[in-house]
Amino acid sequence: MTSAALRSRAWKMLEMVTTPLLPSDYLDLVSPLRAGADLRGRIEAVHPETSDAATIVIRPGRGWRGHTAGQYVRIGVDVDGVRLWRAYSVTSPTNRQDGRITVTVKAIPDGKVSNHLVRRVKPGTLIQLDQATGDFVLPEAKPAKVLYLTAGSGITPVMGMLRDIEFDDVVMVHSAPQPQDVIFRDDLHALVADKKLRLTELHTDTDGMLDIARLDELVPDWTERETWACGPAGMLDAAEKHWSEHGVQERLHTERFRPSIVVAGDGGEVTFSTTGKTVDADGATPLLDVGEEAGVLMPSGCRMGICFGCVTPLKAGAVRDLRTGEITEAEPGVLIQTCVSAAAGPCDIER
Amino acid sequence: MTAIDPTAHLTAEQIEELGRELDAIRDEVIAGRGEKDAAYIRKVISAQRKLELVSRGVLLFSIFPPAWLIGTAGLSVAKIMDNMEIGHNILHGQWDWMRDPKIHSTTWDWDHVSPAEQWKHSHNELHHTYTNVIGKDNDLGYGIMRVDEDQKWHPFHLGQPLWNFINACFFEYGIAAYDLELGKNLSKRRRKSPEFRARARAVGRKIRKQVLKDYVIHPLLSGPSFPTTLAATFTANLVRNLWTHSVIMCGHFPEGVQVFERRSIRGETRGQWYLRQMMGSANISGSKAMHFMTGNLSHQIEHHLFPDLPSNRYAEVAVKVRALFEKYELDYVTGPLPKQVFSAWHKVFRLSLPNKKPKVKTPKVKTPDREQELVAA
Repeated sequence: MTSAALRSRAWKMLEMVTTPLLPSDYLDLVSPLRAGADLRGRIEAVHPETSDAATIVIRPGRGWRGHTAGQYVRIGVDVDGVRLWRAYSVTSPTNRQDGRITVTVKAIPDGKVSNHLVRRVKPGTLIQLDQATGDFVLPEAKPAKVLYLTAGSGITPVMGMLRDIEFDDVVMVHSAPQPQDVIFRDDLHALVADKKLRLTELHTDTDGMLDIARLDELVPDWTERETWACGPAGMLDAAEKHWSEHGVQERLHTERFRPSIVVAGDGGEVTFSTTGKTVDADGATPLLDVGEEAGVLMPSGCRMGICFGCVTPLKAGAVRDLRTGEITEAEPGVLIQTCVSAAAGPCDIER
Repeated sequence: MTAIDPTAHLTAEQIEELGRELDAIRDEVIAGRGEKDAAYIRKVISAQRKLELVSRGVLLFSIFPPAWLIGTAGLSVAKIMDNMEIGHNILHGQWDWMRDPKIHSTTWDWDHVSPAEQWKHSHNELHHTYTNVIGKDNDLGYGIMRVDEDQKWHPFHLGQPLWNFINACFFEYGIAAYDLELGKNLSKRRRKSPEFRARARAVGRKIRKQVLKDYVIHPLLSGPSFPTTLAATFTANLVRNLWTHSVIMCGHFPEGVQVFERRSIRGETRGQWYLRQMMGSANISGSKAMHFMTGNLSHQIEHHLFPDLPSNRYAEVAVKVRALFEKYELDYVTGPLPKQVFSAWHKVFRLSLPNKKPKVKTPKVKTPDREQELVAA
C-alpha cells in the first residue's frame, strides 16, 4: 500500500472516531493555520497609511501558495458577527522574508468591511482567505519602459508591483484628492529619491481630475510604454478609449475593483440559472412563488420563513426580505430564504 | 382539551395588534444581532468539543471507577450540549445569518441517529408550522400516545406510560423512527417507495456510524477499559435521551397547554398563528445553567414564536413576551422542571385510560369565527 493510500485509510479511521464531525473540526480548535486546514490567515498588525487607509499584515495559513505581483486576494472577515468577503490587492512583495502578506485597505463611505479593517479590527483576529488570483500582473519578459496610471486606492496593486520588480524606466501618474490622501506617499517619494521612479502626483481637489489628453504632456512617450492602470471606472474608460484611439490598446492593462454595482430596486428580472429560466418578478411576490409559477423545481417548506427548508444560493443581484425590508446582495456563499424574499432588482437564483 | 377557549376574550383586531407587537420584538432582536452573539455560539461549540475530547480521553482509563464517573458525566453533558443548545438551534437556522458555512443549518450534522435533513423536515417544517394541531403535528404524542381528550381512545393506549418510558430511554431512535414516519410507512406499498427506501437507508447509515463510534471504536481504543467505556457511552446516551425527552415533554405536554383542531387553522392570520404558538407551548423556569442545558428550550414559548432567533436571546425576549401575555390576559404556562415533568407524565397516565364520561362535543379551542361573535354581540 502506498503511503498516500495508508494516510487516506488512517484519515477514514479518524473520521469514524469523530463522526458526525470531521477530525479537522477538532484540529481547527488548536491549529487553524495548519497545512490541510481550510485556508485562513491571522491579522498580525494594522498600520495606518492615511486618515482612511491602513495596511493589514496577515500571516497566511500553511496552505497559502503565494501570489504574483498585482494579484488580489479574497478575504472573509466577520463584521458584527456576519462573514463578509471582499477582494483586496496584495501590496507586499512576493519574496517577503517572513512569509507574511499585506493588503492595503481604504475605508469607503458605508463600506462595512473596509471600515472594519481600517478602524476596528484587532491584531490576532482570524480571517478566511482564498488563494491569490487575478491577471493584472507583470509579464515574465521585462518591458523596457513602464507606465503606471493610478488613482486613489488604485495604487494598491501597483504598489505590489513596484515593491516586487525594479524596471529601468518607470513612470507613474497618480491622482488623489489631496497630498495627505496619497496612500504610500512616503514610499513613493523614497523611490523617487532613489531614482527608481519618476512620479507625477496630481491632487484633484486643486488640480482637477486627470484629463487623459494631458498625458502627452505629462508622459510624452506614453504610447511606447507598457501600461498598468487602476482607479475609478471613469478614468479606466477614458484610458481604454484613448489607448485604442492611438492603436496601442494591447499595451494597456487595467484592473477594475467593482465590475458591477448592484442596484436594489423593487422587483426585477429573475434568472433561475440551473434551470435556465428567466422571468419578471414584482417586488412583493416571494421568489419561491415566482419560481414555482415559472415551473422551476423549488425546495419549499413552511412558506413563512421559519423552517429554512427553502434556502437557495443567491448568485447575483439583490433580494428584499419581505418581513424586515432588509436588502441582501449576492456574495459567494450567500443563501436566501426564497419563501420570504422578493426580487430587489435583477437577480440570479441557483435553481 | 379545555372546553373554554382561553383566548375568547380577544377581538380579531387585538389578535392582529398582538401579532404586530411580537413582530416588533423580533425586529428588535434581528437588528441587534451581532458580534457578541456570534462569539457566543462559537464559544459554546468550542467548549462542547473540548469537553467531549477530554471526556472521551478520560474514558480511555474508565477501568478506574473515578475516571468512569468523570468521563461519563462529561460525555453526558457534551452530548446534551451537542443536541440541544448547538444542534437543535443551528438546524433551526438560528445562526445562518453569520454566513459561516461551518455553523449553518444546511451543513450542520449532530451526534444523533436521525439525519439532520430528515429532522429539519419533520421538526422545523411540520411541527413548527402546525404546532399542536391534531392530525397535522405528529409531535403530539409522537403518533404513539394519546395526549388529548379529543383524541380517540384505543386499548393500545393503556400501555402508553410504558411506551413513553421506553421512548424516553431510546429517544434518539424514537426521533429517527418518527422522522421516517415509520408507522405510516410500514404498509407494503409504502415500504417499497423509492423515496422512503432512500430515507431509510440514510437513517441506517447514520445509525451504523453512530453505533460504530460509540459502541465499537471508542471502547476498542480504550483497550483493557473496553467494557467500562462501552458502559460509559451507553450511560451517556441514556442520560442524554432521558434529559432531552424530559425537556421536550415539558414544551407542549403539561396541563394548561392547548391543542387545536385541523379546521381551526384554515385561513389563519399571522396574529392567529402567533396566538396558537403562545397557547400551544409551555416553559420551564430555572437558573441560567438550566436554560443552557435545555438548549434554551426552557423558553419554549419564545422559541415557538421566533424559532429562528439566536437561542441566547430568548431570555431577554421572554421578559417582553411575558408582558404581552399579561397585557392580553393570557395564561403563560411555566414552572420548574420537576413540576412540568410531573404534569406531562400525569397527562400521559391520565389519558392512557378512556375519558371518564361520554364527552359532549365542546367547541374547539382556537380563535373561533370572530365575525359570528361580532354579529352575536
